[in-house]
Amino acid sequence: MQTILSIAADSLAYGMVLFVISIGLSVTMGLMKVVNLAHGAFAMIGGYVASYATQQMGLPFGIAVIAAIVCTVLVAIPLERLLYRRIYGAPELTQVLMSIGITFAIIGIANFVMGPTLKTIALPEQLQGPVDLGFRSIAAHKLFAVAVGIVVAGGLWLLVERTPFGVRLRAAVDDAAMAEALGVKTKAVYAISFALAIGLAALGGVVGAQLLPIEPYYALHYMVTFLVVVSVGGAGSIAGALAASLILGLVQTTARYLAPEYGEFFFYLAVIAIVCTFPNGLLGRSK
Amino acid sequence: MSDMPVNSVTTRSWQRTALGDFWAVAAVALVAGALFLLFPTNLALLTRIIAVMLLVLSLDLVTGFSGVATLGHATLFGAGAYAAGIFAARFGVTDPLLMLAIGAVAGALAGAVTSLVILRGHGLSQLVLSIAVVSLAHEAANKLSAWTGGSDGLSGIAPSPLFGLFRFDLFGRTAFFMAVGLLLVVFVVLRIVVRSPFGMLCRGIKQDPVRVRAMGAPVYFTLVKMYAIAGAVAGLGGALSAIATKVVGLDSLSFTTSAEALVMLVVGGTGKLFGALVGTLVFVWFEDRVSAINPFHWLTIIGVLLIGVVLFAPKGLVGAAESLWARVRGRRS
Repeated sequence: MQTILSIAADSLAYGMVLFVISIGLSVTMGLMKVVNLAHGAFAMIGGYVASYATQQMGLPFGIAVIAAIVCTVLVAIPLERLLYRRIYGAPELTQVLMSIGITFAIIGIANFVMGPTLKTIALPEQLQGPVDLGFRSIAAHKLFAVAVGIVVAGGLWLLVERTPFGVRLRAAVDDAAMAEALGVKTKAVYAISFALAIGLAALGGVVGAQLLPIEPYYALHYMVTFLVVVSVGGAGSIAGALAASLILGLVQTTARYLAPEYGEFFFYLAVIAIVCTFPNGLLGRSK
Repeated sequence: MSDMPVNSVTTRSWQRTALGDFWAVAAVALVAGALFLLFPTNLALLTRIIAVMLLVLSLDLVTGFSGVATLGHATLFGAGAYAAGIFAARFGVTDPLLMLAIGAVAGALAGAVTSLVILRGHGLSQLVLSIAVVSLAHEAANKLSAWTGGSDGLSGIAPSPLFGLFRFDLFGRTAFFMAVGLLLVVFVVLRIVVRSPFGMLCRGIKQDPVRVRAMGAPVYFTLVKMYAIAGAVAGLGGALSAIATKVVGLDSLSFTTSAEALVMLVVGGTGKLFGALVGTLVFVWFEDRVSAINPFHWLTIIGVLLIGVVLFAPKGLVGAAESLWARVRGRRS
């Protein structure tokens, strides 16, 4: 019983971190049809900025989070203008290669600027200690990650389903040409969504830094994980990404508790099973 | 060259393709000979390049010619390498040609089996399935360390002399010549496969699977067959690397190797057999040189190069050279 509750608590935290990072990727993939393997690299940049802000500059955690999001978006905007815009609508393979290229370049530059060592983010006191849940105590930063995940999921749902911007966004997803004809500025919608997606990646990188430590190869290590989450959940679906994150987080954490010597074997077995059964993802639309 | 006059191929065009094959083989052999004379101390690297070339050629068959997007192609390479290595180290099958054959069979089997999974997806889900397949194989090889040596690598491979005559020497001369011979044979066979009706069918599937199906050709089965052929080629590459280096590591079965193979193919040019060769040679050679200085600089350079190729030379180095050549000729005439 103790083990089951521990697994449940840890997988919830891990799954929520996966969700916060992957949902941005899901948005770009569902909306702009771009397979952006560099998404993890943006999460990594966010982590680096937060680390630098808290450790070197001594800024408080809250400001560091905001700085991380702003800086990462500022890095991403010229990339979107110069590079991503040329591969909208290109075949998947082209997009994969371009974004792998961007990832490699970011890894190399990150190592050059920040060095190859692990970087930590100084947490405020409230997030450092353990919190007693009754059956066990859990690290406060994990609870914080869960809370952030819930807020992000709720906020995105409100944004997409209940605001005028959400209406335009859904229209652009369904039929970009028609939406354009009806006066929706699809380019602006794309730009805002892209910035939103990158901002969420940065947020996820900071919040998840305790579970997915920040180092130059972060972008490569977790590239696959984020891509898998989106594919399992179905590109463009918030609920799908949430379900996929929680399921895959559960599989991964359970396997780590019960059969650590198998590594990620069961994780990928689950991925194959789910993707073969639901080729468009759990809640994705059929093409 | 056994280019049978299958359709309405006249003797004339038969001669032309045979001549084309001859010049292609001569070009590859010439480059191999030149590299052998120029870099006699780097034969191990050159042999490794040829092993990787076989992997990239194999990837070209499924990605460049048949349009299957995969980031897990090292599965087939690793299957060949581990099969040849395990048979040599555990069962005493040390004849190099037999090891190559075992590698080819294992690669073909792995290709046929994994294609059943990978071909179920399209676009993104296909990519994710291929990644999942290679990661699964990687974890399995890691777990079955009694057979594969796990993360320490599989050692104890001692190939016997080639044809019973040529020992695998310290300088890697025998391995190099065997590799070049193997590459030439595979290259010619693949040229024939690619222009055969079967190869044309695969190109048709790449362009429009729905139409090919409407014409009555079996899309899924054709791709499985192509995957098996590609598996045999990649398996040969794996077996070659097992023979030449005498160890098999887990990295021969990794996502990173798969992604690198795709990068090499794209840098060289997809859908062209020469593209696979040129891309591999350029990539591995520069990787060896630059990463000796600093592996991270290498990552930056290859990243920028990749972006440049996607934006400015979508047909790869070979494609860019071809259009440059066509321009020069157009100006002259």
